[in-house]
Amino acid sequence: MDELLLRSLTPSVLGVLVRRGADFAAAEDAVQDALVEAVRVWPGDAPRDPKGWLVTVAWRRFLDATRADASRRRREDLVDEEPAPGPAPAVDETLQLYFLCAHPSLTPSSAVALTLRAVGGLTTRQIARAYLVPEATMAQRISRAKRTVSGVGFDRPGDVSTVLRVLYLVFNEGYSGDVDLAAEAIRLTRQLAVAIDHPEVAGLLALMLLHHARRASRTAPDGSLVPLAEQDRGRWDTGMITEGVGILQAALARDRLGEFQAQAAVAALHADAPTAEETDWVQIVEWYDELAGLTDSPVVRLNRAVAVGEADGPRAGLAELAALSESLPRHTAVAAYLHERDGDLLTAARLYAEAALKAPTLAERDHLTRQAARLNAGLRS
Amino acid sequence: MAKYLLLKHYRGAPAAVNDVPMDRWTPEEISAHMQYMQDFADRLEKTGEFVDGQALAPEGSWVRYDGEGRPPVTDGPFAETKDLIAGWMIIDVDSNDRAVELAGELSAAPGAGGKPIHEWLEVRPFLTAPPTVTE
Repeated sequence: MDELLLRSLTPSVLGVLVRRGADFAAAEDAVQDALVEAVRVWPGDAPRDPKGWLVTVAWRRFLDATRADASRRRREDLVDEEPAPGPAPAVDETLQLYFLCAHPSLTPSSAVALTLRAVGGLTTRQIARAYLVPEATMAQRISRAKRTVSGVGFDRPGDVSTVLRVLYLVFNEGYSGDVDLAAEAIRLTRQLAVAIDHPEVAGLLALMLLHHARRASRTAPDGSLVPLAEQDRGRWDTGMITEGVGILQAALARDRLGEFQAQAAVAALHADAPTAEETDWVQIVEWYDELAGLTDSPVVRLNRAVAVGEADGPRAGLAELAALSESLPRHTAVAAYLHERDGDLLTAARLYAEAALKAPTLAERDHLTRQAARLNAGLRS
Repeated sequence: MAKYLLLKHYRGAPAAVNDVPMDRWTPEEISAHMQYMQDFADRLEKTGEFVDGQALAPEGSWVRYDGEGRPPVTDGPFAETKDLIAGWMIIDVDSNDRAVELAGELSAAPGAGGKPIHEWLEVRPFLTAPPTVTE
């Protein structure tokens, strides 16, 4: 039994049912029943059109489940109007599911959970494990999300940028346990890129691939952070980098620049450098300028200050930094780094220790504490 | 078996014997400290006594309901006077003696100079339903 095939068919089957007027939650139950049936029947008698088979079984299940309902007549009329299921463009319904799961009425965490469930086909248990919450909590989150979108019309085209944001959230959750959310986000974004011709979808896919290619080298075996400059570049996945760069170049050639393409361009410049010293910081600053124009995000300007520090020297970087609010996440860490490069080790050590107190993750806090400790140890000797 | 919570404090615990802030240690001393705690947790997992453990961010606030239609009260910028928990570990052990023994061991994690920190850890039993008496 090809579990991957089943998982890849799930969203479009679900999409067909919802499009035919089934309630989202009821449609999902019916699809689950059909999948169970498939696991039972297919090994002995594989259908020629697996998707058509699943649609037929799921729709029958849905009708069975709702037959006793007061709306029985209306739904039975519906089935008469529908053409017999057969080979259909598979991507269309999936695409609509993406938009439904990223609906603006959902909170980001609900949108993410629903996307993983409905489009990704992950089980509630898998999603719960990946987010380190009890399964019952995740089940509630998902069913509340389903209720929220149950009245939403399925034919209105959604906002691509919302879908992309949800996928990027999934990607940034990384992984824990048996589901690699970063890999899952890449799989879903690939699927989306097939369904929709949009340079920013390509930009996001390229960005994910370029980040993912470096993942193995970002942490040491003991879980501590390894900064970009110290990473073993031999462990970067060159195949994935080549693919990311190719996708990015094709997207950039269409001359409709967006946030994700610009971010991917920065990632590509890092991935391209044979050594940290050979990084093309001047070009990276230029891309950050583009990004700042597209988003005007203070975080982008903070990253830009780091790049300026590398391209034009730490003093120039500190001058950029001075214009930014100190309350920005990682502002203190960046200041510490630039002061260290400028040779002011005393200030740098103090700022690293201060930044450690504000660090958002354990790995980052330990990293910053070690930086402070390293400088303080050097200053004492 | 009974569950106990071991609490490590950023502030609010009596001063440790080997009381040096972490950024004054060497990077090697920090690694040794982390390794000690990791080994400790791994060992308890093998003995079946480990339940869970997490580190907490250094900053938090006290929050209180302030009446209908009003936002909750928070305690404002006096964070440095507060007792703050740095992290916790839940263990499930046979006796209070065992819980104290393990807390003592955890308190011996190496710090500056590679010497034990002798930090104070708080040991709090969970309130649970009494076990069924089987006589």
